[in-house]
Amino acid sequence: MDLKEKLVSSHLALPDRDAENPYWDAMRSEAIKRFDEQGFPNRKAEDWKYTNLRPYLREDYKIFYQTEQALDYRDVKKYFIHDIDSYKLVFIDGVYSSWLSETTHDRFDVCVLSSALSQAKYAAIIEGYLDKSPQHAESLRALNTAFAREGAFIHIPENQVVDKPIQILHFTAGIDTAVWAQPRNLVVAGKNAGVQIIERHQNIARNKVLTNAVTEVFAAEHAAVDYYKLQYDSPLSTLIDHTVITQAAESRCRVNTFSFGGDLTRNDLNFYHRGGHCESQLYGITLIGEKQTVDHHTSVAHAGPDGQSDELYKGIFADAAHGVFNGKVIVDPNAQKTNAFQRNNNVLLSDQARIDTKPQLEIFADDVKCSHGCTVGQLDEEALFYLRSRGIPKREARALLLFAFTHEVLAHIRIPELKIRVNAWIAKKLGVSLEFDL
Amino acid sequence: MLTIENLHAGIGGKTILKGIDLRVNPGEVHAIMGPNGSGKSTLSSVIAGREDFEVTEGNILFEGESLIGAAPEVRAHRGIFLSFQYPVEIPGVTVTNFIKTAINETRQARGQREMTAKEMLQKIRERADLLHIDRKFLSRALNEGFSGGEKKRNEIFQMAMLEPRLAILDETDSGLDIDALRIVADGVNHLRQADNAILLITHYQRLLNHIVPDFVHVMVGGKILKSGGKALALELESRGYDWVKADTSA
Repeated sequence: MDLKEKLVSSHLALPDRDAENPYWDAMRSEAIKRFDEQGFPNRKAEDWKYTNLRPYLREDYKIFYQTEQALDYRDVKKYFIHDIDSYKLVFIDGVYSSWLSETTHDRFDVCVLSSALSQAKYAAIIEGYLDKSPQHAESLRALNTAFAREGAFIHIPENQVVDKPIQILHFTAGIDTAVWAQPRNLVVAGKNAGVQIIERHQNIARNKVLTNAVTEVFAAEHAAVDYYKLQYDSPLSTLIDHTVITQAAESRCRVNTFSFGGDLTRNDLNFYHRGGHCESQLYGITLIGEKQTVDHHTSVAHAGPDGQSDELYKGIFADAAHGVFNGKVIVDPNAQKTNAFQRNNNVLLSDQARIDTKPQLEIFADDVKCSHGCTVGQLDEEALFYLRSRGIPKREARALLLFAFTHEVLAHIRIPELKIRVNAWIAKKLGVSLEFDL
Repeated sequence: MLTIENLHAGIGGKTILKGIDLRVNPGEVHAIMGPNGSGKSTLSSVIAGREDFEVTEGNILFEGESLIGAAPEVRAHRGIFLSFQYPVEIPGVTVTNFIKTAINETRQARGQREMTAKEMLQKIRERADLLHIDRKFLSRALNEGFSGGEKKRNEIFQMAMLEPRLAILDETDSGLDIDALRIVADGVNHLRQADNAILLITHYQRLLNHIVPDFVHVMVGGKILKSGGKALALELESRGYDWVKADTSA
């Protein structure tokens, strides 16, 4: 039985069917039908042209894995940004871990999807938002919907600003088998609401893990959402992340994606404007080596006037690493005065490393400013000589230049402790210790 | 201190330096003048160890040891400094952090202990004042958005911090107005000592009014055609370079 058949038949055996939330169960049944019709994407699909998913689907993944183990905080502390006060939503093999978490229902809800699905008071939000963001026959999103039971549920009512960042951590600890994980996060920010979220998927087992994650973010008028994705997983891990941000007028949403590890990391990040004066910011740093792949597929659909989008992705590829960047910008006829900027800069550190980069502009309005640029290069030899001539050894000089290369993106991190962490990761990846913060 | 013997060097199979001989002793200031394309900047890059240039013949000895094959950072650790004609912009790295890294890497390579933060700060302040550098300037990203004059002044500031045995100043006067030139020259003069030496690479005589050389060499077509005292620079200024070529070919 291949993986697709296994998934479809497993769906029939979903535990507690119809017990929790009939509305959502109906949605899930629809979704599994869509997945069954479409199957996994292959390279004939334009969006999967540069990344072949097939090799990652060969494993005999366990669909419903539940660990018997409890994790100790000290064992997983390093995966938290632990030097800041934060709300925490921690899941282990798809199950909410209350003892590692810190939730609230005080002025806003920072809790879990399973709980929201089972309580009538959340029905309006579930039915109004869950799986309601735009989609285009994405079979992997349908697959996630078909199985989605657990993940972060964050609801910020209007005029509330969350007082500290929220960390979402999905651990996979399955020790005896490969695991297929499908977390689902929902973030609903009301008018004038504000929230900062840090999300991480971490495989702490010694087996393969494929995570097919979906996150939906809804920002109402004037809301501000900052979302940080930390992707520094073990070489046994595959992450397919599907994030959809739907923005009402005058909202501002920013997603920072730091892709430093994992076997394959695929990010589908899609922004949809639903009014005028929306602001979207997409920033990313990719730093990988060995045979790792990071594939960024982003899109911003400008649908109202005076919108802005700013996109900057920088990539450093060593060894036989492979990068993909596809940045789509759509400007509807009524999205006049749109400002859309996009840039993708890459450094290849070896002859075997490669990057496929492709901007895709679809502009149907006439009074807009759109720019895009892609560069692929090696390290600047002149700059390297300059640093070495001042006594800085080649290895450190290279690292310093690569730091400088990423600096523009790091400058957008608004949480200082997170910035220090990302800096330290970059230094570690480059194999140097730099004694100062940038 | 520096002895260059019959140096031939080039890039991509093209020979640029065609037999350079030069001897620089501690305490001396040498000026190398010549028209564009004569190989002056190539000479400075080759001494500093730029790897895209290939030395095909001859030798460069520094304090008795050959530099051929030594990495640029090794040469820096031994006390060679090159002030760039076009300093590179490094966003995200402040002048202060850069100089700290350079000094401590150099000290480490020499087996010296790292400077304490306090010592470093004191030295940075003292040397910045010497070159009339605003302290705010030190927390800016290295060379990023600096004017031509600021870049050159920043090069001399780094030289003042690193205290090289041999400083090579490649076209340091270009892009400087007269006030900036005077400040830079004062700084360089202040750093002149009996045990260090300076090699000035320049197109114009102007700089030599402020940093007075002990020797002037005229370089044309990859060779030093004429050497003399400081009076030679004045003669070049009034007569141009053509007479040197005519003089030596006669």
